[in-house]
Amino acid sequence: MEMPVPDPAILSRKREIVQRLRAILPADAVIDDETETRVYECDALTAYRCPPLAVVLPTTTAEVAALLKTCHDLAVPVVPRGAGTSLAGGALPTADSVILGVARLNAVLETDYANRFIRVQSGRTNLSVTGAVEADGFFYAPDPSSQLACAIAGNVAMNSGGAHCLKYGVTTNNLLGVTLVTMQGEVVEIGGAHLDAAGLDLLGLVCGSEGQLGVVTEATLRILRSPEGARPVLIGFDSNEAAGECVSDIIRSGILPVAIEFMDRPCIRATENFVHAGYPNVEALLIIEVEGSEAEIAWQLDKIVTIAKAHDPVEIRESGSPEESAKIWAGRKAAFGAMGQINDYMCLDGTIPVSQLPHVLARIRDLSAQYGLDVGNVFHAGDGNMHPLILYDANRPGDLEKCEAMGADILRLCVEVGGCLTGEHGVGVEKRDLMYSQYSADDIDVQMAVKDVFDPAWLLNPAKVFPLDATASRRMARAYAAPDMRI
Amino acid sequence: MDILSEDDLKAAIAGADAPLRIIGGGTRAIGNPVEGTPLSVAGLTGVTLYEPGALTLVVRAGTPLSEIDALLEAEGQRLAFEPMDHRGLLGTAGEPTIGGVVAANISGPRRVQAGACRDFLLGVRFVDGAGRVLKNGGRVMKNVTGYDLVKLMAGSWGTLGVLSEVALKVLPKAEAALVLLIEGLDDRAAVAALSASLGSPFDVTGAAHAARGPDGGPLTMIRLEGFADSVAYRAGKLRESLAGDIRIETDPARAAALWRWLRDVEAFHRRAGDVWRISLKPSDAPEAAARLRAAFDADLIYDWGGGLVWALVPAGSDLRPVLAGLPGHARIERAAQATRAALGAFPSEGPALDRITAALRAKFDPRGILNPGLMAPKPVE
Repeated sequence: MEMPVPDPAILSRKREIVQRLRAILPADAVIDDETETRVYECDALTAYRCPPLAVVLPTTTAEVAALLKTCHDLAVPVVPRGAGTSLAGGALPTADSVILGVARLNAVLETDYANRFIRVQSGRTNLSVTGAVEADGFFYAPDPSSQLACAIAGNVAMNSGGAHCLKYGVTTNNLLGVTLVTMQGEVVEIGGAHLDAAGLDLLGLVCGSEGQLGVVTEATLRILRSPEGARPVLIGFDSNEAAGECVSDIIRSGILPVAIEFMDRPCIRATENFVHAGYPNVEALLIIEVEGSEAEIAWQLDKIVTIAKAHDPVEIRESGSPEESAKIWAGRKAAFGAMGQINDYMCLDGTIPVSQLPHVLARIRDLSAQYGLDVGNVFHAGDGNMHPLILYDANRPGDLEKCEAMGADILRLCVEVGGCLTGEHGVGVEKRDLMYSQYSADDIDVQMAVKDVFDPAWLLNPAKVFPLDATASRRMARAYAAPDMRI
Repeated sequence: MDILSEDDLKAAIAGADAPLRIIGGGTRAIGNPVEGTPLSVAGLTGVTLYEPGALTLVVRAGTPLSEIDALLEAEGQRLAFEPMDHRGLLGTAGEPTIGGVVAANISGPRRVQAGACRDFLLGVRFVDGAGRVLKNGGRVMKNVTGYDLVKLMAGSWGTLGVLSEVALKVLPKAEAALVLLIEGLDDRAAVAALSASLGSPFDVTGAAHAARGPDGGPLTMIRLEGFADSVAYRAGKLRESLAGDIRIETDPARAAALWRWLRDVEAFHRRAGDVWRISLKPSDAPEAAARLRAAFDADLIYDWGGGLVWALVPAGSDLRPVLAGLPGHARIERAAQATRAALGAFPSEGPALDRITAALRAKFDPRGILNPGLMAPKPVE
């Protein structure tokens, strides 16, 4: 993976840039000490690291506006950072960039149950949004696996999903409004407590734009009343095909489970060794959760089990108590950690049409043999969002490159069967150079034209999302567009 | 020139030397009047892909909605966002097309629970104002690859590009539906009841109130859908939790007719006056209603728990000054061309967003030939 060469003009003026930032922010909100900026050298895609020029930690929208304007005037790139949990390198700095961390913007601004929304500052963690309303029986639906740590700012930037989005949708379906600060330092309000855009759907455009169009400092989020209860069933199959067909039949039946999770044998084995969840020794395993009253849950599970039985399941384990539910979920929730116990891993995020599941799993097995790297699959089967985990050894020379090559092959396969490169993690730097496999040059150009509108100087998170060669001329242009830097 | 393929569409737009007025079924004459050569995509029809097991439908933009409804119905599925049929309200004829539904982001009562048309739109193909064939999104449920131009295209009314194909998520039809009906509530009590229902765990899929219902008196409607046992259970729980005299309509045909009456705003069909569509915070609806009644003697219908207000007002009325200070927006849905031109069918969103919007439009349609001015806010004088 390649990153642009840092601009020497910016590096050489670090002192002046930091001084300018200190002039507009409280003393402890600007970090430039090299041991301290190292904390921000990567996000959860730890294979790539680079300490930034400086880090700023604003506490108000006004501070964000002031510092963006300053960076704009100085033509210094800015990389927004939520909680740094991106698996795609969305918050990876360059040496000539300022990291804008929103961690100190973490207040709840307004809670409104009658109108079913909460307004928060964007540094607030995903889980703590639900935490703020759950005592009153409400919750915020999108639930990425990193929800304990990840920030709403990052959720909005990446349009994050989660296990329960089969029923409740992803971030964009639960986002009502944002306060956005443009790179020029202008504060704009998009959307609010009401539904639908007045004009163009700019909220939909901003959500998922990976911090390239502006910095979101506040978000209005839809909250929902918690269901009366929820319970999973675990079903084991001796083939991926049978599990895949079972998923399709359940979806067609009219039942809308809140989650349908899928694990394959390598993943089941790894989690068993790790947390001893008592999973059966099978080829493929589904965890299906339904919600409602006790009677509704029992009735839905009964219907699911009837459907599953037509696909020769090896084992069916219906949860009868909260303890049993926790045990069924324990392995799934520990799956990534379990794989991490075995080796370093790269987590992919392609989405495929549900009907292609068995075919894609078979092809992944072939690729695994071809590259000599083990792969475990654990993913959201209801919506076809796969998470192949490729195991590699970061300390063995050449292993990372081999892993990247295999990952790229798997993602191209996802596109080839009618899917896409990323379902919920975002493009970041990780899939940036694969964009041509999904989109034509024109398709990419029109997206870049959108960035031209919001950030004409290409200063916000500039080396992400689009192939580097596609953005080169735009990123170069900024060097000539910066009056303050041409002294 | 008849547009029968995406190539035809590309050629027509690339070769255009004057503004174009984009037409699907021609049933939604909404927005500022557009001067231009008509360009119809009604010939661009056909289903590209339908996978009921994956809840996925890919169709060409000119495909009539009625054909899609029939296709889905045969598999026990539906478009869950319940698109409104504007023909009765606007007095138009013709066949609504899926491209028109998407271009206008048309949703119905279920929007409050299931989401809007844009929430079910998985991918688009379109031709921009420079004549480039472009795609965004795809046909899978989860996709964050690149910017989400899918949302941007939904509700852009043909001003950024002309849709050639759309991919949609569909959902199973509910096995059963029923409506809880409460008569005689005033605005505040009605919105409170709707809020309580939508804030319950019982998965309400419609929440509406009309000051003058089908029988003339105030009627509050709350819909439950799903499997029959579940619906009956939730209806019982909801009736317990809401005070007052509640009647339950279980007859499928009568329940469906009630929601069609609401969805298509049948109460305002063939009645003189302008119709406005107001989106606001539900709890602000009674205040908005009070102001509109005082200023215009407006007749009002609330959908989306109060978040959507339909107002019938005397021709030429300008509602925006009256609603000032209430966050949200108001669009003219039906009025004479002169009124729409004078007031602007779409509202201004403030200088910053208006500027961004205009700049986006200039990128997608550099020559300004696609439905020019249709969504333009009235210039500030």
